[in-house]
Amino acid sequence: MNGTTAHSHRDYTGSKIGMWLFLFTEFFLFFGPILLYSIFRFRYPQAFIDASLALDTGVGVFNTALLLTSSLTMALSITAMQRGKKGTTLVLMGATVLAGAVFLVNKYFEWGAKISHGVYPGGEALEGVKDGGAVFYGLYFFATGLHGIHVLAGMVIITVAALLVHEGRINSNDFVKLENTGLYWHLVDVIWIYLFPIFYLVR
Amino acid sequence: MDAKESKHRIVGYPVLFGVWAALLGLTWLTVGLSGTGMGSFTILAPFLIASVKAFLVVDYFMHLKYESGFFKYLLLVVLGTVVIIAWLVYQDVAYRI
Repeated sequence: MNGTTAHSHRDYTGSKIGMWLFLFTEFFLFFGPILLYSIFRFRYPQAFIDASLALDTGVGVFNTALLLTSSLTMALSITAMQRGKKGTTLVLMGATVLAGAVFLVNKYFEWGAKISHGVYPGGEALEGVKDGGAVFYGLYFFATGLHGIHVLAGMVIITVAALLVHEGRINSNDFVKLENTGLYWHLVDVIWIYLFPIFYLVR
Repeated sequence: MDAKESKHRIVGYPVLFGVWAALLGLTWLTVGLSGTGMGSFTILAPFLIASVKAFLVVDYFMHLKYESGFFKYLLLVVLGTVVIIAWLVYQDVAYRI
């Protein structure tokens, strides 16, 4: 083994530490708006409750269930790959991307309905509203928009990883790229787990 | 090289489905509790439930449970940093004139 395999040396632990460190920076990125939210929630409690009540909880619940299920299919795909089931892995990865796409379509309609009513940062509907409501929607569009970009990025990364699986460059002996892809997708899920109650449930 | 690669633990399908069911159950619980007017608990409960859900995702879906202690300490350092930053910011906001 020694010498001949030096060129194919792989450090799974190092690779995963790198991914986790990156995820922590992402976590801090979202921690900022969440911290801001908590401060303004205490400053304008009633305005935040009123603004939150204008959001459709049904859509929020559906999107939450969707993202949690996509996290399941992602985790299942890694188990399938470790067991050498390439076809199952690809189907599960496809399901994950599909769930992400449906999530974004829902978000598009949710945003669209709000924007068409003039509810957006600087929009006419928020002009007469006392400061709290405008802050709520400023944070809502910023945080969910930033999260949406991450969902889109996750879908692209999973698609690239699926191509690597298809080509056999990710296989049952070398799957750390798939694991790191999964880590990214799960982080996007964890962030939504916090964004969902913040905007839809704390009333 | 082999030592670094041989420790992979395969998480079985039933475990993953169980975690998923728990996540959906907790979502149902947190939606049910929303707006029931329990005072300060109305704000606290969703955060506590969200944290349990996040823990389940991190521990099982992200395999932290099966990683070495180093990863867990790393997460603790991050969470500690978050608490310190939040505390400092709240101090600033509370005592600002």
